[in-house]
Amino acid sequence: MPIWLLNTLEVSINGLMTGVLYSLVALGFVLIFKSSGVFNYAQGVMALFAAQSLVGIQTGQVPFAHLINAITGLHVSRFGFDVPSILAIILTTLVMVVFAWVVVRVIMVRLVNQEPIILFMATIGLAYFMEGFGDLMWGAELKSLDVGLPSGGSFWIEDVTAQWAREGETYWGMYVDTLDIWATVIAVFLVAGLTIFAQYTKAGTAMRAVADDHQAALSVGISLNRIWIMVWSIAGFVALVAGIMWGAKSGVQFSLSLIALKALPVLMLGGFTSIPGAIVGGLIIGMGEKLFEFAIGAPFLGGATENWFAYVLALLFLVFRPQGLFGDKIIERV
Amino acid sequence: MRATIAAIAVCAATATPAMADLTMVSLTYRTGPYAAGGIPFSDGYADYFTMLNERDGGIGGVPIELLECEFGYATDRGVACYEETVTQGALVYQPLSTGVTVELIRRVQEDEVVLHTMGYGLTAASDGATYPYVFNFPAHYWDGAVAQIAYLKELYGGSLEGKRIMHMHHNSGYGREPIPTLEALAEIEGFELIMMPVDHPGEDQSAIWPVVAEESPDHILLWGWGVMNRVALEGAVEVGYPVDQMMGIWWSAAESDLKPLGDAVEGYRSVTFHAVGDNFAIFNDLNNLVYQRDLARGRMNNIGEALYNRGVAAAIYAAEAIRIAQEIHGVGDVTPPMVRDGYEQLTLDDAAFEALGMEGFTPPMQITCEDHGGGGMVAVAEWNSQQRRWVQITDYYPPDDALIEPQIREASAAFALANEITATGCPSN
Repeated sequence: MPIWLLNTLEVSINGLMTGVLYSLVALGFVLIFKSSGVFNYAQGVMALFAAQSLVGIQTGQVPFAHLINAITGLHVSRFGFDVPSILAIILTTLVMVVFAWVVVRVIMVRLVNQEPIILFMATIGLAYFMEGFGDLMWGAELKSLDVGLPSGGSFWIEDVTAQWAREGETYWGMYVDTLDIWATVIAVFLVAGLTIFAQYTKAGTAMRAVADDHQAALSVGISLNRIWIMVWSIAGFVALVAGIMWGAKSGVQFSLSLIALKALPVLMLGGFTSIPGAIVGGLIIGMGEKLFEFAIGAPFLGGATENWFAYVLALLFLVFRPQGLFGDKIIERV
Repeated sequence: MRATIAAIAVCAATATPAMADLTMVSLTYRTGPYAAGGIPFSDGYADYFTMLNERDGGIGGVPIELLECEFGYATDRGVACYEETVTQGALVYQPLSTGVTVELIRRVQEDEVVLHTMGYGLTAASDGATYPYVFNFPAHYWDGAVAQIAYLKELYGGSLEGKRIMHMHHNSGYGREPIPTLEALAEIEGFELIMMPVDHPGEDQSAIWPVVAEESPDHILLWGWGVMNRVALEGAVEVGYPVDQMMGIWWSAAESDLKPLGDAVEGYRSVTFHAVGDNFAIFNDLNNLVYQRDLARGRMNNIGEALYNRGVAAAIYAAEAIRIAQEIHGVGDVTPPMVRDGYEQLTLDDAAFEALGMEGFTPPMQITCEDHGGGGMVAVAEWNSQQRRWVQITDYYPPDDALIEPQIREASAAFALANEITATGCPSN
């Protein structure tokens, strides 16, 4: 194969891997939107907060240490022990469950039956609050995250693909990060698990009932509060997984919350109510933006096209299919 | 975290400014996408003023009151911070943001307040005759670009003819600022300049590095900020591009970007306009009077790191300018226009740096009415991953005045025209 084709293939594969990570964030949006009709603007910040909490717990950091020190004059910063990764992930999941409970009890319950735009504005407020709260609790410095997942290039893929080049051409093989491969595997299990949960468990059935019709679900005795807490908890867990993957790649810092902006075109493309849509949308956006930057953006347009091209792609889909690839078609009878 | 404490502190401070104090403002970004860079700089800036208050009772016996205003690296919020604080007698602004700098240039001219952008901002503003209230010493971006190319020329045996050099930059005013100088140098030196912009914040560069691998430039100039730096270096490692063929500007040289990458970034180089390390005498005072008394904003282990030291240096320059202003005008409680006079009379030779506890921190420099850019001396440092610190590997390169001065005049006139700024000129000697 010619080198340009191998490079194109490499960019496509890495684009698909990046797309999986976009899908993870988009999944969080879809879960909450499906069950409560709320477009949760805070999903990106939830990923950041979850990753901050994980690093904080893992490294035995005292939460709110600076606040405690400022008020009491003490000098606390760390407990003096590290927490194993698995235990830290479990504890962080509990933190996200508590977060979900607080959000539902303090915000959602009070805004039941309000216009969707009011709920959306509430989540904007929540996002900014979470940003400050996370920094206050764990600090805003750049943090390294290592949960033991392998990272770095896959030598096997490099060795195999190096032989694909035409004879006489120097080619070192494709670079595919093992962390991205793991992220893909984990995302596949996560989606499969969510699908099984939604389809084959009692709680999942209740969740789908709430998603279909709040009032009908209430009339058969389903507790809206409980379902919402469950959905926000699941979204929190998905945010934690996304936070781990992105945090392990480039450190835990504020930019992690900006990946939510990449989830928006994914949702526009895949539909706000479809889990498969979030997955396929993520893959299309991830691969599309990378390929465009590689083949057209960088060589002909001066580069830096990824951010806007994702939206162009999504808008193109919207023109022809406003409900997205897998979204429910909205028909309102008059 | 500290953002909230800072915000409380700002509210409290801004509500009741002590008019007899010297009011300093720190526009901080302890939150947001670039907090990792903003925090150590702001800490160094705050800690130095605290030390002066503790050691000398302020500057010239007048206490310093430092107001912090958090803007999260958002230009509009930075401008709002300026407008909130300028009416309270703030003497100097150092926003650590090129975006905010460009927005403030005209405002500081009208409000007669000093804007000091140390190693960032609008390069053309070193034209003191047109921008009397803006200073960008001890070096600006074009000095940095000149030093990068001068070093590469030495590295490649005295000629860059036919070489391919990539300018990988943050796709913002900051990253685009050196392009005119690099283009001019490309023409003079005969190298091919390849542009590679990276969109904010630059956390995902997976489509960019295969392009870099395909282009296979002889060298990459890295002009990033925040997460972009770390991801770029990781990208280089991933595609097998040698990091010793990459050279950063001083904003692509934070230890926090490099330490997590371990041995992989051994040999990465960067230009710098100041010395590195923690063996300056001033740090003893900071330790004894600030850290030991629990008054520090920073962390002890940040001392000696590039961005913390740069924050300390920014505060030192401001304090020295205020001290000179007090001498010139014979008053302790100086006004912003008086401080401008102090900045313009700033002369720091080796002895002065030694007296300040910063012996050898930067080469001697002198500010004049015409030249607000200072010496423009820039050296090259190399990252030693074993010792996890920078090692300066060259002497300071002088600025290429023959190339830069005409560019500054042209850019200065263009910016002044576009922003309706009238040159005030300098008194003829």
